[in-house]
Amino acid sequence: MKKEEIPQDDGALNKLTKEVVYAVDGSGNYSTELSTGWDVKTKALDAAWKDIEQRIKNAKQKVLKNEASPILYFIELRLMDVGLVAAYTGFWKWTVKQHLKPAAFNKLPPKKLQQYADAFNVTVAELKTMNVHED
Amino acid sequence: MKIEFKHLQAAHCENGVTTNLLKGVGVNKLTEPLTFGIGSGLFFVYVPLLKINKGPAIAFRTLPGHIFKRVCKLLDIDVVRKKFSNEQAAADFLDACLQAGQPVGCQVGVYYLTYFPKEYRFHFNAHNLIVYGSEGDNYFISDPVMENVTTLSKYELERVRFAKGPLAPRGQLYYPTKNTIVTDEQLRSAIKLGIKRNVRDMLYIPGPVAGVSGIAYTGKKIKKWKDKLGQQTAGLYLAQLVRMQEEIGTGGGGFRYIYGAFLQEAHAFHPIDELLEISKMFTESGDKWRSAAVQAAGIYKGRIGSQADFDVMGDYLLEISEIEKKAFQALSKIKWNS
Repeated sequence: MKKEEIPQDDGALNKLTKEVVYAVDGSGNYSTELSTGWDVKTKALDAAWKDIEQRIKNAKQKVLKNEASPILYFIELRLMDVGLVAAYTGFWKWTVKQHLKPAAFNKLPPKKLQQYADAFNVTVAELKTMNVHED
Repeated sequence: MKIEFKHLQAAHCENGVTTNLLKGVGVNKLTEPLTFGIGSGLFFVYVPLLKINKGPAIAFRTLPGHIFKRVCKLLDIDVVRKKFSNEQAAADFLDACLQAGQPVGCQVGVYYLTYFPKEYRFHFNAHNLIVYGSEGDNYFISDPVMENVTTLSKYELERVRFAKGPLAPRGQLYYPTKNTIVTDEQLRSAIKLGIKRNVRDMLYIPGPVAGVSGIAYTGKKIKKWKDKLGQQTAGLYLAQLVRMQEEIGTGGGGFRYIYGAFLQEAHAFHPIDELLEISKMFTESGDKWRSAAVQAAGIYKGRIGSQADFDVMGDYLLEISEIEKKAFQALSKIKWNS
């Protein structure tokens, strides 16, 4: 990539920092330059987030229809999977999968609910209602 | 207390942490490209059965932690590397280091890294930063992908040091122990060995999914993605490929350019003109990776998306595989004078 080809597009990162990139000058020598972002990259990130938002929406619907417990919603909201929830809560993966069923979830004692709430960085009330107030 | 520490921005976090920590102990000639090359950082692997964020697991660089380890080993620098089973021990050890005036590299998870924009915060556990002091509840942080230094509270730092999941950092910290004088002779030898190891990793690693053959393998797979996964998922897979390629400070294109820069810098230590010629091949490869990313973007933006478009995408990777194969073959044939 030549210096004058370095993209200077808008991106999520440029509120925070510019990025260092390596590019060649007219005589082919490398040096570093700063880039504000690249549209191709921003759109890739956008595509990923659009998919995540759709998954969060679907999960919420499933919980409202009583087909899954709120844990499913928070797995999507926090970009996690069952394995990661298991790692944060200390439960077995198998146990987490059980708790994805509304019936099992509704029987959880406060202590276990708190473990999930901690893993999702919410309160127990928020965990149950899916009403999360983010900063 | 705040330790005297020079923050330098880098294209990639581990390169930056390694270079900056080693500069701190007197290895002044080290630059990001030299670190990357001596650490044999260039790589490619596609692990078909593993999923990251529900997409394909593709890496354009060597395993996290390896660059620091290899550079220190080849330059004969003693390092301390520690993991912890509990948060308190990890915090105490860090505080003791800072008290002793030692800046420390930490492996952290990105998800709770508060100074990153939300869009970039995924559960990715192999980010690296340097802690170079503390004051009250705040720790001074030098994150090499950022232009400026920043801070994290004690709680925030603990949370990212103990992120869970794949590659969980478990509080891991590392630093070079003492001031060392690294001679040009040592650098010369390290550059040569770094290149040789990179040749081995890219050309001779067994199996179809890694090295230059891994790039071709991925290209062939991509051509089948549209049929196999459907338009939407195939688009998301390509977006993930580009994100892995061009994530903050990483970059498949980006890494190829850093390697090109490395070969130019290597020429100052080994005046062999082939190094400059081969450097151009990596620039060409980086450019092709960028063209591939533009093609992929056309698909995930929905502007294009026919089978022919996926074929073009796959062919880019086949071409790249050939270029990098020739480049590493040329590197393997270099006659080193020393």
